[in-house]
Amino acid sequence: MSVAKEQILKAKKEKQSIKCVVWDLDHTLWNGVLLEDEQVVLNDEAVKLVKEMDRRGILNSISSKNNQDAALAKLEELGLAEYFLYPEINWNPKSMSVANISRSLNIGLDTFAFVDDSEFERGEVAHELPQVLCLDAAEMSQMWASPNFQPPFITPESALRRKMYMSDVQRKAAEKDFQGHNEEFLAKLNMTFQIGYATEDDLQRAEELTVRTNQLNTTGYTYSYAELDALRQDHEGHLLLVANLDDKYGTYGTIGLSLVEKGEQHWTIKLLLMSCRVMSRGVGTIMMSYIMQQAKAAGATLRAEFVPNGRNRMMFVTYKFGGFKQVDKEGDLVVLEHDLVEIQALPEYVNIHLPTNER
Amino acid sequence: MSHKDIKTRIKAFIGKHFQYELKPDEDIFSLGFVNSLFAMQLVTFVESEFDITVEDEDLELDNFRTVNAIDSLVQKKLSG
Repeated sequence: MSVAKEQILKAKKEKQSIKCVVWDLDHTLWNGVLLEDEQVVLNDEAVKLVKEMDRRGILNSISSKNNQDAALAKLEELGLAEYFLYPEINWNPKSMSVANISRSLNIGLDTFAFVDDSEFERGEVAHELPQVLCLDAAEMSQMWASPNFQPPFITPESALRRKMYMSDVQRKAAEKDFQGHNEEFLAKLNMTFQIGYATEDDLQRAEELTVRTNQLNTTGYTYSYAELDALRQDHEGHLLLVANLDDKYGTYGTIGLSLVEKGEQHWTIKLLLMSCRVMSRGVGTIMMSYIMQQAKAAGATLRAEFVPNGRNRMMFVTYKFGGFKQVDKEGDLVVLEHDLVEIQALPEYVNIHLPTNER
Repeated sequence: MSHKDIKTRIKAFIGKHFQYELKPDEDIFSLGFVNSLFAMQLVTFVESEFDITVEDEDLELDNFRTVNAIDSLVQKKLSG
């Protein structure tokens, strides 16, 4: 890697907001080597850090070269197993394990940190996955105050994030075992999708979603808490909607947000986003269809803005396949319009609750 | 690449997803099968399988509605 490239990468890493920490076990989470000494002693600071990351809404996982059964049993015995999602305990290169975890969680490698005492392992991960932040276990104290591990938002949902991913592990296992097509499986999940007008309680999470969501985000516009609070109360000019999803395995929490500007002639969807945790649930179009129905009832046409960010093409496809036509383009900004003659039916495999709260 | 070959590959991809044998003129979207994720996977599949780029203006439902429609789009892209 050239020096200039390295510097850019370093600068980028300093700003990187970590969403998942992958821990080594021997000489990192505990002192000693499990295969040599069954009575390994926990590293107190590592344990405290795991729990603190969890509280902040940062996920924890494991990459360890170890005997899987022995290591998992030890973690159970120590009461720590539940903190780690998709642990990779095997003899593969650790870069492969980290990449597997990223795929399982469906979050980008540039939001991963890797903590290991071995210079060799850190070097291997850094070489194969340069976007991962690698930390020497001896320097883990830095994690307490490092901005990389300070999420901009800590909401009540942060502490639930691990549990939500855990229910996802069960869902995925159920999905894998399921024979038949996807829609039948979705029907079995007994999903409830609830759309509501954003209330004051939703604003922090709404702000967080505008910052955290990249893939399923139509424009990437971000709004501060104060701006969202004003928009929420501007009943004449705007519609600020939030969406929640639950299923038989638990709640996904608040996973969708949309801001609509209500002009005289056109309504414009300024922002439509869904958390990538619900990507395969087929619920993204429900919010879109709801807005279409509302615009139609108000006698307006519906426009939507789209700004590509290299990762959000799925939202463009959603608009285009949902019947929107491109009507304007200025620089990166694409403006689409829907004639609202035909509105896509809502999927039958979801119970849908429309806004009932007062505004 | 023959029409038959392209269609077979598209049908195989869709069939794998839905465990359903699709007729060449059957409307994929009216079968109630499609969500955004599948739509995106379909577009990505067509691009990588046939080494073409689906431009913004090609991203119309009518170009992806049936196996025949996708075949025409691929043919157009390959010859253009």
